Amino acid sequence: MRAAWALPPLGALCVILAIWEALVRMLAVPLYLLPPPSAIALAGFHDARTLAVSAGITAMSALIGFFLSALFGVVLGITLSASLVLERAFYPYTVFLQTVPIVAIAPLLVVWFGPGLKAVCVSAFIVSVFPVIAGTLAGMKSVDPALVDLFRLYGATRRHKLLLLQIPSALPSLFTGLRVASGLAVIGTLVGEFVAGFAEGSPGLGITILVAYKQLRTDLLFAAVLGSAVLGLSLFGAVNAAGHFLLRNWHPSEQNA
Amino acid sequence: MAAQAGVSVGVRGVLRTFPDGTQAIASLDLDIAAGAFVALVGPSGCGKSTLLRLIAGLDTPQAGSVSVQARDRLSDRSPVAYVFQDAHLLPWHDVLDNVALPLRLGGLDAGARRARAREALSRVGLSDVAGKRPAALSGGMRMRVSLARALVTRPRLLLLDEPFGALDELTRLRLDDELRALWRAFGMTVLFVTHAISEAAYLAERVIVFSPRPARVVLDATVDLPAERGPAIRTEPGFARTVQRLHAALELGGA
Repeated sequence: MRAAWALPPLGALCVILAIWEALVRMLAVPLYLLPPPSAIALAGFHDARTLAVSAGITAMSALIGFFLSALFGVVLGITLSASLVLERAFYPYTVFLQTVPIVAIAPLLVVWFGPGLKAVCVSAFIVSVFPVIAGTLAGMKSVDPALVDLFRLYGATRRHKLLLLQIPSALPSLFTGLRVASGLAVIGTLVGEFVAGFAEGSPGLGITILVAYKQLRTDLLFAAVLGSAVLGLSLFGAVNAAGHFLLRNWHPSEQNA
Repeated sequence: MAAQAGVSVGVRGVLRTFPDGTQAIASLDLDIAAGAFVALVGPSGCGKSTLLRLIAGLDTPQAGSVSVQARDRLSDRSPVAYVFQDAHLLPWHDVLDNVALPLRLGGLDAGARRARAREALSRVGLSDVAGKRPAALSGGMRMRVSLARALVTRPRLLLLDEPFGALDELTRLRLDDELRALWRAFGMTVLFVTHAISEAAYLAERVIVFSPRPARVVLDATVDLPAERGPAIRTEPGFARTVQRLHAALELGGA
């Protein structure tokens, strides 16, 4: 059943790769313009160690940024939901986080935090925090009004209402925010590395991409891009699995998954 | 589950206008005797639900007062229970925890509240689905769980807002019978809001018919039917006469 489901996309991938390989060879496209898949694979093997080390560093930065986003975003979302005045006062400024171009403020991060892991993580955080805030806030406000009445009727404490009603109600929307944030965290990490990743020690995938670009090693560049895509997908998959685990028994969106 | 005597309800000159200017209730007076089963009938949007929320203390009137006798929150935390139009269960809890919820909010420990929730579940004939999630139940079963959740606090005043309106006819008739049996067993005061005239006549000892908004009492009638009621009563002339009378009152009210 599962294998049958995976067959069409895998087949399509093989066909696309084969056409790509054939065209590049037949038209004799230079390696630096568009390397064939076989050359990318070779570069991947050849520079496996470098790629693995940089992927590890990027993964760490993305994870730290994502966890900061999850923690801060959920806490802020819950806090803002507690009062309409608070929400009106602060929510517009969280939208600012979403709209500010990270490339524009990344240099500022270097000024503040110095080049290296810290600035990269903050970059990942800034890019990925808004969907978590928005998802949490929307979820906290989606509580069934009849259940709010019920809790009031039985004299529920604030803590009971939060833990037994509001947070469980918010989970589906919260996880939608986290899923979006997981992909954004990897993007924010790469952008952060482009600007601030040149510190001592080993470079992340963003730096590997820059270096490969400067050396016109397009095959390595492709391999590194592929690596970051795999990273983003894995983080997304992990968040998805966590959401499915928590909601599998009761939420309609996870009933047939 | 020990029998718990009902409480009386008094509504004095109650006025409720919503922020948009809609006048739901204008100067309403009502007296409900302790242990009565009263049906409140009226056209949709006439303010019956608002009245129920006012009596439950979920809403406050602009003028007038609502008093529920012996509503002593210290000695008897939740003497009032409320059943909504839909079941409104917590989808992430199983049936047992849903029924036990009011006790949990009241601070009862896990063992005691589970035991009482099991008892309430057996009252509505659902002991075998205690471990299931609401999503796995039919609409009628969910409504039964909702009823068990209302009974678990041993309420002295049970408020129901068109509780069986969304169910199929057969399930609704069955639940009507169960509700009446529960009332006869426990003796709590029951206020039942409905727009179905025959359901009101079948269930209640007293039916109050409201006019369209703002709610005004058009008819306050005692139902002259035996206490022991079953499906056969629907074909009796006495039942037909009651239904006819309520129907005429509704028409007169301008529905």
